[in-house]
Amino acid sequence: MIVADKKPVEEIIEYVKDHSKILVLGCNECVTVCEAGGKKEVGILASTLRMYFANQGRDAAVDERTLERQCDHEYLEEIRDIADQYDAIVSIACGVGIQFTAEKYLSIPVYPGVNTCFLGVTEQRGLWTERCQACGNCILAYTGGICPVSRCAKRILNGPCGGSSKGTCEISKDLDCAWQLIIDRLKAIDRLDLYEKMFPIKDWSTDRAGGPRKVVREDVQI
Amino acid sequence: MSAKTPSKLEKIMAAGHLGVTSECGPPRGSDPDTIREKAELLRGYVDAVNVTDNQTSVVRTSSLATCIHLKLMGIEPVLQMVTRDRNRIALQSDILGAASFDIFNLLCLSGDHQSFGDNPQGQNVHDLDSMQLVWTARKMRDEGKFLGGADIKRPPQMFVGAAANPFADPFEIRVPRLAKKIEAGAEFIQTQCIYNLDKFELWVKQAQDRGLTEKTYIMAGVTPFKSAGMAKYMKNRVPGMDVPDDVVKRMSDTPKEKQAEEGVNICIETIQRLKELDGVKGFHIMAIEWEEMVPDIVKRAGLYPRPEID
Repeated sequence: MIVADKKPVEEIIEYVKDHSKILVLGCNECVTVCEAGGKKEVGILASTLRMYFANQGRDAAVDERTLERQCDHEYLEEIRDIADQYDAIVSIACGVGIQFTAEKYLSIPVYPGVNTCFLGVTEQRGLWTERCQACGNCILAYTGGICPVSRCAKRILNGPCGGSSKGTCEISKDLDCAWQLIIDRLKAIDRLDLYEKMFPIKDWSTDRAGGPRKVVREDVQI
Repeated sequence: MSAKTPSKLEKIMAAGHLGVTSECGPPRGSDPDTIREKAELLRGYVDAVNVTDNQTSVVRTSSLATCIHLKLMGIEPVLQMVTRDRNRIALQSDILGAASFDIFNLLCLSGDHQSFGDNPQGQNVHDLDSMQLVWTARKMRDEGKFLGGADIKRPPQMFVGAAANPFADPFEIRVPRLAKKIEAGAEFIQTQCIYNLDKFELWVKQAQDRGLTEKTYIMAGVTPFKSAGMAKYMKNRVPGMDVPDDVVKRMSDTPKEKQAEEGVNICIETIQRLKELDGVKGFHIMAIEWEEMVPDIVKRAGLYPRPEID
């Protein structure tokens, strides 16, 4: 899933302090799971903003809404009828949802209420970690199902570097060395032979290096 | 192995002599005299001088510019290049730039992570990794081709090397990884500083058993401790460094005013012991900000005078 983290409320207040009719817009997908932008967080942020305006003696309305998704036309259309009532939307979906909302409601300022962090997993409640950088050219078949692009601090394709120590990365003792994990895993599936071959230079044109990306699937287009 | 490039370092080791290199860290400023003064201390005592590339991710004068200063002084440089700061366009371009000054040695590294340096908020590049940079340099030299496939007019003539750290984990893949670097085209290997000699000898033996020591020149890395504090720092704080307790104790048990001398003694004993290993073809003496000690180490280790090669 896409993992996001809450922005400091002071930053959000700075965006909206001059507005008087604000919609806090959540999303029921990834950001709900990582507890940054679901219905619960919409409620908390909206209450905080109401308190701020009350303390300032400002007469501002802050409404709440959580959509099934903010990355699909269909769900975003659900606020078509009410959008014009607002002079600002604070979206706490991921960066994708925030942008799609802004694209759809051209004349209303849309502000981000979260920082979108990475594609990752819930290791345990309150601990999310990165697994994928969406490089567009998956190499997991050769690396035991563990990604050096997202999990090695130097995204080394022929690791581990000289800084791997007791299973951890040179940049932090709290970070697993991706290549230690890869080697452990290759051993477990009896494929250490895959390690012996130099991984060739990667085509990064499918990564962000190639510019904004598109997937076009004519077979499913209507 | 016979020499394939005009590199003096390669010719010396190809002739069966132990090669000796040291290093010169570029300054945190643009004064060329500091480069020349450091390099002058090493003249005649080593076959080539490595020039580090923004080591520990701290901004310094560029490795290439510093190598050119050395070259103009008549001292043979080893251009160190890390893949952290440049993409494949810039790396190939700098290899050509170095070749245009007839710089004949290249050491390919990934580089310390930028979080260790003075710009921890910067991006890192890592378009290629160090092994792929070795492969690229060999392609440019041997095939006379850019990565894009076009011909290079006057291809680089570089003796291409890589680093190896026998002390990093997991130990079991350290020799397979060396094999991959050699397969990629590494003709010489400079190792991480050696303090755990037993482990290093085991690594060399395993490399020898795979026939790797006949395919590349392994240059053993040594660094003299200036103080017991430095030994402790290297043991505890430098990633991938293996300093055994007895070495730290030997430094700590030495009175403060004698510690520098003892550090040099340990370094010389290390070289003397490793000189006896068949698989070791040279020494890389990294006297960090202590270049003036190098002549003494080279002499006392029995590596002086340096052989003359055409």
